[in-house]
Amino acid sequence: MKRAKILKSYAAGLALLALAACAPSTAPSSTGGDDRTGTVRVWLFDEPNRAPKEKVVAEAVREFTAAHPDVTVEVSYIPTSPARHEKFKGAFNDPASAPDVAEYGNTDLAEYAAAGGFADLGADVGAWAEGKEINADLLKSATAGGRLYGVPWYIGVRALYYRTDVFDELGLKAPATLEELATTARAVRAKKPDLYGIAVGGEYTFGALPFVWDAGGDIEKLDSPESRKGVKAYTGLLSDDVCPPQACAALTGGKTVELFASGKAAMGILGNFSRSAVDAGPAAGKYAVVPLPGSTAGTPAPAFAGGNNLGVMRSSGHRTLAVQFVRLLAGKTYQVKMYEAMGNLPTLTSARRELAAKDPFLKPFLDTVAAGTRFVPVDPAWVKIDNQKVIPTMLQKIATGQATVEQATTEAAAAVNAAFGRS
Amino acid sequence: MTTLATTPAGPRARRTGPRPRLRDGLRPWLYLLPAAAVLLPLLGYPIYMLGLLSVFDYRQAQVSGGEPTTFVGLGNYATLLGDQRFWSVLGQTVAFAAALVAATLAVGATLAVVLSRAGRVPRLLLSLAAMAAWAAPAMTGSTVWMFLFDADLGLVNQVLGIEGFNWFYDRWVAFGVVGATVVWHSFPFVMVTLYAGIQAVPASVIEAAALDGASVWQSFWKVLVPILRPLITIVVIQSIIWDFKIFTQIYVMTNGGGIAGQNSVLNVYAYQTAFGSSEYGLGSAIGMVMTLILLAVTLLYIRALHRRGESL
Repeated sequence: MKRAKILKSYAAGLALLALAACAPSTAPSSTGGDDRTGTVRVWLFDEPNRAPKEKVVAEAVREFTAAHPDVTVEVSYIPTSPARHEKFKGAFNDPASAPDVAEYGNTDLAEYAAAGGFADLGADVGAWAEGKEINADLLKSATAGGRLYGVPWYIGVRALYYRTDVFDELGLKAPATLEELATTARAVRAKKPDLYGIAVGGEYTFGALPFVWDAGGDIEKLDSPESRKGVKAYTGLLSDDVCPPQACAALTGGKTVELFASGKAAMGILGNFSRSAVDAGPAAGKYAVVPLPGSTAGTPAPAFAGGNNLGVMRSSGHRTLAVQFVRLLAGKTYQVKMYEAMGNLPTLTSARRELAAKDPFLKPFLDTVAAGTRFVPVDPAWVKIDNQKVIPTMLQKIATGQATVEQATTEAAAAVNAAFGRS
Repeated sequence: MTTLATTPAGPRARRTGPRPRLRDGLRPWLYLLPAAAVLLPLLGYPIYMLGLLSVFDYRQAQVSGGEPTTFVGLGNYATLLGDQRFWSVLGQTVAFAAALVAATLAVGATLAVVLSRAGRVPRLLLSLAAMAAWAAPAMTGSTVWMFLFDADLGLVNQVLGIEGFNWFYDRWVAFGVVGATVVWHSFPFVMVTLYAGIQAVPASVIEAAALDGASVWQSFWKVLVPILRPLITIVVIQSIIWDFKIFTQIYVMTNGGGIAGQNSVLNVYAYQTAFGSSEYGLGSAIGMVMTLILLAVTLLYIRALHRRGESL
């Protein structure tokens, strides 16, 4: 009898447990606190060549802790691979493992804002003298639903890097149109079979998008004739006579940087932020940069205006300290230092103007910006499209011959529509 | 296992006694209680949560409290079953798992026979090599194999003199390399189990077969295999369960499913749906489907265990 009772109470306990959990849980909506001492945790992105960034950041940390003796700053570097989403989601779901300050890509903003992970910094930036210098366009890349979820820290623009030594030797000129780019790339590979004409990758979304935008296409209409034309132009480069799919179909943007930096490619679509990586390799000193050409000479293809913001987590327990650290790191002094270390374009107009005057390297990038840039849809759907690898899958299917341009773009357009919930 | 199945005469003798029937009916449950107390919270609760999530529209916004959670019934399952990609990944997973089971068994059984006939030193070396493969964590093993097959720096390409050849470009070649890694990881279990089985076969039986003029091949198929059948059944089902759930090797070696997702398997697909696209509800539905398939296989496994007990 007694044993039966134990069994019964056990069953009752189980039933209780089941009842208590009848709906999936959601994270506690803590809004954090405002401790003035302790440890400020900072997440920054890892880079292919991190040492210079680490050095500048360490300098900023020293300055910050000198001014706040009771505070320590703990900086972690997180990968920029899709794994970053898991890191951030983990931080949103569990405030205990979240940082106070985090660097994030502006393309991820919509999803993070929808998740309610970052604090509104509108008032903090408005009251900050240097913050007023960030122009409205750039503030938009940190704004979702009318709230400012961070300070734009730097922007990055891609342009065409090419090897001057190879071009001189073969008597080639920097291409003035996308068509010329393809013929130049073929010419290089024909004469130097150990070089890739241009380093392009099947997973290099932001290398492919300028081709689509230049042709008049758009991410939200990948199956339009214009988009197809651009996709065709890009995937045409993923061929044996330019960048063989065997080697290039699986490449990400980062890998194309490595390829160009290691001297294995005659051209590459690289950002201003890749300069230090290229200068650290065998291609150093043997390259020049022009804006990525468009279909007509003199008009660059629209570049993607990516960049990173510094945000303060909503769950942060050190709000004031976190904002102060963001102001320091995003202030003019450290923006200029970050440019010198990593080649990141500053978001503060005065810093940019100062640098443009003294560094001619910036000219092609600033020309590209002046010709007009584009951005991905500011919608959580974009993160989904990015995570499902919709565009890489489309490019890879075409490059490997698994699908025609028509089939792959139709499929991709359907996936994009599904992500937007419009199916 | 054998001691459990071949119940001694004890309980049978007790059944003739004057004890009330009710207590006898309760007794097995009582014996199960300690195991149930551990297994139910540890296994039951996660499966219950998985099932629960699979009937909700549960995405990142719902997890962090931005939007309310809504009940969608079997909506996630309907989405899943209507998705062509799910079916192609499922088919691919079944085919890949089947090939892996066959390969693991062939390699494991062959080496078990070799082990039972080898001299002391070769046996020791083979056992050590197998144990090392068995002990290697899936993550480490996959990474090492990936380096071996690296297009530019891999040892395989350098030895074969085909530097620049990308093993992960073609779907079937990529599956082949990943499959080899999985087999390398899992053949030791098959080998050791069957070797133990072979050791238990009386030498007189093999000797008798040899005296009757059976070749090695014949005595393997006609004598060893029938005697070891129950053991082989268990090893097969065990392998099916492992190979169907394959994740690490594919995820690591093909960078999350290969070019254009051509090497994706169900577990990777579920992970990417749940955590990559933040569709926790839909991801849970994939998890439930996998659980059900594996549950069916496990029932077969338990039946096989029973049969084995009866036949011995």
